[in-house]
Amino acid sequence: MGEVLIKVRNLSFYYGENRVLKDINMDVFKNTVTALIGPSGCGKTTFLRCFNRMHDLYKGNRYEGEIIYNGENILKTQDLIRLRSKIGMVFQRPTPFPMSIFDNVAYGLKLKGIKKKSEIEVIVERSLMEAALWDEVKDKLNSPATSLSGGQQQRLVIARTLAIEPDIILFDEPTSALDPIATAKIEELITHLKDITTVLIVTHNMQQAARISEYTAFMYRGELIEFDKTENIFTNPKEELTEKYITGRFG
Amino acid sequence: MNLVKKRKIKNAIALSASVFAAIVGLFWLVFILSSVLIKGASSINLSLFLNDPVPPGIPGGGLRCAFVGQAIITLIATLVGVPIGVLGGTFLAEYGRYKKYSGIISSLADMMTSFPSIVVGVFVYTVMVRPMGHFNGYAGAVALAIIMIPIIVRTTEETLKLIPWELREAAFALGAPYYRVIKDIVFRGAATGLFTGILLSVARVAVETAPLLFTSFNNSFLTLNPNQPMPSLTVTIYQYAMGPYEAWHRLAWGASFVIVLFVLVMSVFGRWIISKRYKNG
Repeated sequence: MGEVLIKVRNLSFYYGENRVLKDINMDVFKNTVTALIGPSGCGKTTFLRCFNRMHDLYKGNRYEGEIIYNGENILKTQDLIRLRSKIGMVFQRPTPFPMSIFDNVAYGLKLKGIKKKSEIEVIVERSLMEAALWDEVKDKLNSPATSLSGGQQQRLVIARTLAIEPDIILFDEPTSALDPIATAKIEELITHLKDITTVLIVTHNMQQAARISEYTAFMYRGELIEFDKTENIFTNPKEELTEKYITGRFG
Repeated sequence: MNLVKKRKIKNAIALSASVFAAIVGLFWLVFILSSVLIKGASSINLSLFLNDPVPPGIPGGGLRCAFVGQAIITLIATLVGVPIGVLGGTFLAEYGRYKKYSGIISSLADMMTSFPSIVVGVFVYTVMVRPMGHFNGYAGAVALAIIMIPIIVRTTEETLKLIPWELREAAFALGAPYYRVIKDIVFRGAATGLFTGILLSVARVAVETAPLLFTSFNNSFLTLNPNQPMPSLTVTIYQYAMGPYEAWHRLAWGASFVIVLFVLVMSVFGRWIISKRYKNG
């Protein structure tokens, strides 16, 4: 087992009075891909959105427990801007900003206060290469980002996230709005991403989890049922519930 | 068979009734527009734009002062109304999105958009013209701005709400503070919608007469000083159309023609922007 990047300890989460995450304990290992699987409504997206405190945008939400990153409890930190620049997120649907391809990738850098044009250009090119999009867009960096296809837009969003060099990227079902070919490209990209960062990905697609992840967490009704190496989860699960789920007997 | 016949008769009645209603409505619209266009177009000449009014009985003269006054009043109203309206709408759509009072303010703004404009005129007369002691262009501009603000508030709110929430979340997830999200993402995405709303609100207030009667009033000299009574096209039309002189009537027709054309161009331009926007997706 590698170095632990983030430790989750006794995490519970409430929407108002509703306790939707129950006492979750889990480690996220550096430079790995960890998949969160489970039936709809099991809380996997809710769990993912705790890592960058996305729930803080809405009223009446409450966290309990700890998510420890860099020796600090994420759930208590005041500086959400700094936190979110270290913990990136890619959403279900592509979210290109209404600006050019170049400006999309440069946006996070401008937020960080980087002004030097040459520096921005270097990082934008590197990020687009890392996101396997450079060859397709290098001749039209000034075109609007919305002119790209859905799969390209999603890779653009990944490039935008990579540009600010996050320690971990949270993926929330990033391929559910894409066709199989675009999905395959994103999956391949994600398996390469672990060389430069760490990936935590929510997916409703078990094959996808098996294909791309080293670790898999199975969640059910707000609880973490089982967390192990992906091959163990899929070939030799310890919990009966996990086995039932991965063999397709419910969910 | 009988049933089918009955339905066909009912259908024929409903159809002819609605066609009749449509014709009645359209007739007056065409009648008004065509008389403005015909009588107005024949009164259009360079003198209308280049000369100031002359005393009745003397030939020539135009409405230069009214065109200039109208432009100044509308410009000041826009400068006052647009920032307040856009910021107010932004508050309702963003910071106050889930607050109860936002809904109340929104409904009030809706009500204000169909508020009798003469009441606004009297209101501004009380709070500005009376204390200042004389009619003035600023008061007219404020009255128009008051009419403008709720319109812009509502169009801004609606336009900003059309920007998908996920886009904001994505910007937050990059570590953007809310004001940057609004400035860089939301406004940029909503730019054409915002611009169209502003355009239509300017067109709307540019044709108001009642609020100006009590505020900027009128005068027949060219003035660039909004601290004086200021002539405007609408009030001039009102007074000239009421006047006894044939020459005045002609000028009023000419001014009506220009103002109708202005509103037409603004509306068509606004709609064109909207349609272009939707074509581009």
